Amino acid sequence: MDLSSHERIEQDPNYQELVRQRSSLGWTLSLIMLVIYFGFILLVAYAPKFLGTPLGTGVTTIGIPIGLFVIVSAFVLTGIYVSKANAKYDVLTRRIVEGYRP
Amino acid sequence: MKRFSYVLVTAFLSSLPTLAFGAGTVDGGTKQAVNWVAIGMFVAFVAFTLCITYWAAKRTASAADFYSAGGGITGFQNGLAIAGDYMSAASFLGISGLVYTSGYDGLIYSVGWLVGWPIVTFLIAEQLRNLGKFTFADVTSFRLEQTQIRILAACGSLVTVAFYLIAQMVGAGKLIQLLFGLDYWIAVVLVGGLMMIYVTFGGMKATTWVQIIKAVLLLMGATFMAGAVLYKFGFSPEALFAKATQVHPKKMAIMEPGSLISNPLSAISLGLALMFGTAGLPHILMRFFTVKDAKAARKSVFYATGFIGYFYILTFIIGFGAIVLVSTDPAFLDASILEKTKSGIAAIKGGSNMAAIHLANAVGGNLFLGFISAVAFATILAVVSGLALAGASSISHDIYAMVIKDGKANEQDEIRVSKIATLFLGVLAIILGIIFENQNVAFMVGLAFAIAASCNFPVLVTSIFWKGLTTRGALIGGFLGLISAVVGVILSPAVWEVTLGNPKGSAPVTLDNPALFSMTLAFIGIWLFSVLDRSARAKVDRGGFDAQYVRCQTGIGASGAATH
Repeated sequence: MDLSSHERIEQDPNYQELVRQRSSLGWTLSLIMLVIYFGFILLVAYAPKFLGTPLGTGVTTIGIPIGLFVIVSAFVLTGIYVSKANAKYDVLTRRIVEGYRP
Repeated sequence: MKRFSYVLVTAFLSSLPTLAFGAGTVDGGTKQAVNWVAIGMFVAFVAFTLCITYWAAKRTASAADFYSAGGGITGFQNGLAIAGDYMSAASFLGISGLVYTSGYDGLIYSVGWLVGWPIVTFLIAEQLRNLGKFTFADVTSFRLEQTQIRILAACGSLVTVAFYLIAQMVGAGKLIQLLFGLDYWIAVVLVGGLMMIYVTFGGMKATTWVQIIKAVLLLMGATFMAGAVLYKFGFSPEALFAKATQVHPKKMAIMEPGSLISNPLSAISLGLALMFGTAGLPHILMRFFTVKDAKAARKSVFYATGFIGYFYILTFIIGFGAIVLVSTDPAFLDASILEKTKSGIAAIKGGSNMAAIHLANAVGGNLFLGFISAVAFATILAVVSGLALAGASSISHDIYAMVIKDGKANEQDEIRVSKIATLFLGVLAIILGIIFENQNVAFMVGLAFAIAASCNFPVLVTSIFWKGLTTRGALIGGFLGLISAVVGVILSPAVWEVTLGNPKGSAPVTLDNPALFSMTLAFIGIWLFSVLDRSARAKVDRGGFDAQYVRCQTGIGASGAATH
C-alpha cells in the first residue's frame, strides 16, 4: 500500500467508525477479562478460605461456581466480540474496501 | 511420491519388531504389560494419519501450502486444531492428575490456561491475519528493521519451541513406557520419527488435520468418561464431590485452593505467564495464517475457546471421578506404596498423571482404556508436530529467507530448508528427550509460557498498537524479557533447589514463575529505549505505523486466499 492510499482510507468516515468501535470494544472486553481473572487469582492468593466456604449444607464450595464462572465468562466475552464483529465490523470493512477500489 | 511411499513402508516395518520387542521387557512396576488393544488402536490412528499425510503431500507444492495449508482451513476446523494444540497430554493427563491429588488447585490451572484466549481474540487474531503471512515475525518486522527483529523473533520462537518440545518428548517417553510397555528410548524415537514424517511430507495441511482428528477423538473420549462418572452419581456433581471428600485423605481441603500456590506474588506471576503466554506461543500464532481472512481467524478463536473451556470442565470431573473410582480400587494401586502411606491417592500405579488412564479402565473396561491410551499418544504426536513446524518455519522463513537471503529466496529452496530444519529439530528433540529422561522437566512448560509472555507477546502487541515503537526498543526490550525469563527460571526454587539439587530455601528468586518481573522488564525496556531512540531508523519505524495500522484494521493488502 503506498502512502497516499492509506491517508485516503484514514479520511473515510467508515474507517474512523470501524477503528473507534473495534478499539473501544476490544480494549473494554480485555479489561473485563483481566479484572475477572485477576479478581479470581487474588481470591486464590489472599482469600483461599473464602473460596472454601460450602454452599448451604453440602460439600460444594463457593469456589466451584466462581471457577466455572471465569471459564464461562471467557467464552461469553469472546462470543460478544465475535457477534459484534460479524454484524458490524465486516460491513464497515467491506464498505471501506469498496470505497478504496478505483 | 515414490520416496514418500518408501518412508511410509519403512516406518511401518520398523515399528513391527519394536512392538514385539516391547513384549518381553516388563520391569518392576515402572512399565505396564503390553496393551495390545491400545497398540492396535494406535497403529490404526497412525495408519490413518499417514494416509492423510500422503494426501496432503500431493497437495503441498508452494511455500504457502507448506507453512499455512494454503489458507484453506475454515474457521471451525482451525478452532478444532487450535483446541487440539492446547489439549496436549500435559493438560489432559496433567490437569486431571492435579485434580486427583489436590482437587481445586487443578481448576486454577485450567482457568489460567483458558483466559488467554479472549485476549487473543480481542487484540491479536485478526490483526495477525491482516498483517502477517507465515510467522508472527512477519507482523513484528512489518515496519521495523527486518534483520534484527527477525533474529529476535526467531530466538523467542526457537527457545519457546525447544523447551516445550523437550517437555513433550520426555512426557511422551514416560507415558508410552507406561501405556504400551515400550522402552523409553523406543518411544522417543517413534514420536520423533512420526513427527518428522508428518511435517516434512505433509507440512501444515497434514499437521492441521492430524490435530483436528485427535481433537475430535479426545473430546469424544473425555465426554464419555466424564459422562460415565456423572452417571454413577445420578448426574449430581454434589454427590460426586461428597463421595470424593470422604475418600480423599485431604478431605474438605480438596474443595478449596491448597498448597500449590505458595505465596500471593507467585500466584499473580503464574497467572500472568499463563494468560499472556498463550498470546505468544509461536505454534498457536501460526494457526491464524491457515484461514482465509480476519473473519475466519476471529471465529476460529471463538470455537477454540468453547472447546477448550468445555474440555477443562471435563478434566475437572474426570479428576474427581478418579478420586472416587481409582484411589479406592486396589487394582489400580501399588500395594507396597499403599502399605507404607495408607493413601490410595499416593499409591496410584504410574503416578498421578495416570489418573485419567486408570479411570478409563474403571468406567469403560480394557477396550476404552486402549482407546484413551491411543488418543493420549496421538495427542503427543499432534502437538510435537505443530511445535516442530513452528520451529522449522522460524528457521526457514525468518532466518533463511528473510535474513540470509534478504527476502529474495527461491520458494522451493525455502521449503527445502524448512524440511531440513524439521529433520534437524526432530533429531535434536530425540537426543534431548533421551538426555533429559531422568530430569524433572515439569518446569519447562512453565518456562515456555514465561518466555512467550515476556519476549514474543510484548514485542507483538506493541508492534501492532504502539506507534512509538522502534527497532531498538523492540530489540532491547525483547531480549531483556527473554534473558530475564530464562535466568528467573534457573534461579527459581523449582530449578535451583529441585533440579540442580541446591539446599532448600537457597533459591535466589522466590517466584516459581518469573513472568511478573520479566514481562514488566520487557515492557519497560521496550518503552524506554523506544522513547529515547533518536536514530534515523526510529523515524522510519514510527513513520510506517499509519499505513500498517490501516492494513491491520481493514485487511487491505493482506495476503489473501488467492495469493495464498
